Amino acid sequence: MIKVDGLVKTFGTTKAVDGISFEVANGETLALLGTSGCGKTTTLKMLNRLIEPDSGSIYINDKNILEENPEALRRGIGYVLQNNGLFPHYTVAENIAIVPQLLKWDKAKTDRRINELLGKLHLDKGHLTAYPSELSGGQQQRIGLARALVADPPVLLMDEPFGALDNVTRAKIHGEFKALDELKRKTIILVTHDVQEAFELADRIALMDKGKIVQIGTPAELLFAPKNNFVRDFLQEQRLQLEFRAIKISDLWEHLPTGGDKVKSPALSTELDLWSALEQFKFSKAETIQVKNSEDVIKAISFEQLMAAYAQYKTLQPHE
Amino acid sequence: MNEQQQPLWGFMAQQADKLAAQTLQHIGLTFISLFIAVLIGLPLGIYITRKKSLSGLVLGIAGVLQTIPSIALLGFMIPLLGIGAKPAIVALLLYALLPIIRNTFTGITGVDATVKEAAVAMGMSKWQVLVKVELPLAMPVILAGIRTATVINVGVATLASYIAAGGLGEFIFGGISLNNTNMILAGAIPAALLAIIFDFLLSLVQKLNFKKIKGAVKIAPVLLLLLSCLYFVPSAYGSKLTAGFTPEFMGRQDGNLGLQSKYGLKIHTIVISDAVMYKAAQEKELDVISGYSTDGRLKAYDLVVLDDDKKIFPPYYAAPVVREDALRKFPQLEKTLNLLAGTITDSVMTELNYKTDYLHQSPERVAKDFLVAKKLYRVDRGGKSGVVRIGSKIFGEQYILASMYTMLIKGYTDYDVATKTGLGGTKIVFDALTNDQIDFYPEYTGTGLLAILQAPTKTVEQLQVSKDSTYNYVTREFVKRYQLKWLRPIGFNNAYALMMRQKQAKELHIKTITDLKRYLDSK
Repeated sequence: MIKVDGLVKTFGTTKAVDGISFEVANGETLALLGTSGCGKTTTLKMLNRLIEPDSGSIYINDKNILEENPEALRRGIGYVLQNNGLFPHYTVAENIAIVPQLLKWDKAKTDRRINELLGKLHLDKGHLTAYPSELSGGQQQRIGLARALVADPPVLLMDEPFGALDNVTRAKIHGEFKALDELKRKTIILVTHDVQEAFELADRIALMDKGKIVQIGTPAELLFAPKNNFVRDFLQEQRLQLEFRAIKISDLWEHLPTGGDKVKSPALSTELDLWSALEQFKFSKAETIQVKNSEDVIKAISFEQLMAAYAQYKTLQPHE
Repeated sequence: MNEQQQPLWGFMAQQADKLAAQTLQHIGLTFISLFIAVLIGLPLGIYITRKKSLSGLVLGIAGVLQTIPSIALLGFMIPLLGIGAKPAIVALLLYALLPIIRNTFTGITGVDATVKEAAVAMGMSKWQVLVKVELPLAMPVILAGIRTATVINVGVATLASYIAAGGLGEFIFGGISLNNTNMILAGAIPAALLAIIFDFLLSLVQKLNFKKIKGAVKIAPVLLLLLSCLYFVPSAYGSKLTAGFTPEFMGRQDGNLGLQSKYGLKIHTIVISDAVMYKAAQEKELDVISGYSTDGRLKAYDLVVLDDDKKIFPPYYAAPVVREDALRKFPQLEKTLNLLAGTITDSVMTELNYKTDYLHQSPERVAKDFLVAKKLYRVDRGGKSGVVRIGSKIFGEQYILASMYTMLIKGYTDYDVATKTGLGGTKIVFDALTNDQIDFYPEYTGTGLLAILQAPTKTVEQLQVSKDSTYNYVTREFVKRYQLKWLRPIGFNNAYALMMRQKQAKELHIKTITDLKRYLDSK
């Protein structure tokens, strides 16, 4: 668990981070969201002491990290950078093996771990002897992720990890990212300026402005219970899409009609968000999709029924 | 003696031993200084990437060092470090510092910030970040700096011969003094080749891929050290005394060649420039030097001239050599220049030289004082009808004479004067004259005979009977060959002389050159 309290960092006369406090539970993904200059990256970098805070405290698993040896601390925290930061003079294998080498793992253990990660990240073994410049942007980013994960750190810090990728590649990696079981166990703090990315990947979002957290909460909380106009305006532009992303089928469950035509397609989980559910209509070309809740109740619903449920759900939300 | 007709290849083959020795010394000088420069420059360059506030200062100082003319820098070194390899190496390393520090700094600051951040974030210590990330990635830039420094050093190392550190400069400056093109080329071509070869080899190292550089970094210091050691390969044979001769003296019949053939003198010899030779003798760096009999420093540094008992240094007249077309263009010129004829005796010239060389009076002041005393001085008429161009070689006596002629021409005629003083050697000043860059300069009949006309040995031996026969021969030949006229002699004789410190000569009972040889041969 990460516990941050009253963090302050001043550069010259500007307060980059102005008294930030938050907690992240084990296995949770928190997105620090905001425009450039809002202090989100500075906050992130204080967590592995790339930047030393002026005041405030940071505890990771009840240990005050400001009292730890910074190098030992960093070896235990995975870090993924926007432009991947791979060493251009190291091969892919050497890049991934940096932290194991610092931790003085033996070669067999390192090799075993690298092979394991390669499979999980859909990387080819042939890439191991290549240099980063010989790979595509998506591949480089996966290797950056492998490098951060190799020593299996409980905490992962990600600074705009997908910012340098094109939209298609980014969407693909987002999918892989969510599917990777290796990440599900980790406590992740993700910095992004991309609202959609935050909504798609994070359990909770801390929306920042001028060095402060304006609101922290689940995507739905931010969307439907914005604390002030700043939050509302920030999300306004892509509102509909964000809502589709934020609302899960389980949220709409009570508004969905029971019964309906049973089809043979497999039932989908109610943990699915509305956006993904809508996509199913496109892929399956069926009139209806089936969803199954945690109590194994199955409902078959059509596109129109889904949209009607959404409209009902919206009217029940507290007015903005 | 007639080396001009000998092909360059022949000269180089004949001098192969010397050439090899000088080349090895040259490579050695270049790489010793380079090695030390890397030892200093690399850590300093790294340090200023950590303390950026100091980078301006450090790079500024290294930049200023770079702008000091090489000869001047070598000159500064002599009072501190004497002559020989030490000051040369220090001067060279100072030149090599800037490119090495600057490229180390640029290379390391140029490493992608994301990569550096990744290295730190992964838990590398500062030292690990430097060694595993910054240095390998900055290596191509650092190597480019070392490459620049190498080429600079190969070039500047030619000047090391001025302060007796050897190298290919011995041939180059000897050749310039002796008007011997083959000799210049025998030094200049290998020096240029060295620069090109090292530049090429280092460009290959630079292009090696990242992997191989890791290995190259380890062998580079070893290789540098090996190359540095070359300097010590041609270590000269030892002898009880050390002689320092000018490049010109080394190659002249009335110089070292005569000492060897007529006296059979064998002495450990280093080549050194006229400018620092006397000082080195006074400071006991050298025991025997080749000087000029009228040199003021003879008196200043308490040196004594060894008696030339076999007469290999015949006395020569000093007189202005003028272009014939200049004499036609400026009808009053000959008469004016001849005002000085016969007025300066040996002792007067020595006294005048003493004033400039030792009392550090300006040549202009010494010249004016003399003319006033001789009642020859007249106020500048501010003439505007044509400009007479005066040349001079690069030592005190010539500056004084050039000043005197300037004042005489300005005072007695309506001509204006442009001086091109300090032309570095007989070849340069003589070429300037024949190519119509100057109208006249003071020359010595012996130099005209041996260095310019390159008269055959037989003729020289016949002429050495008297000063006048030399003067007549030179006058006749110069008109015939170059359309240049020797005016009337100024009066003093300037001849080569071997000199020692008075005290040492007395202790060793050396009065003549034969005494010197006897002392050296005795066990």
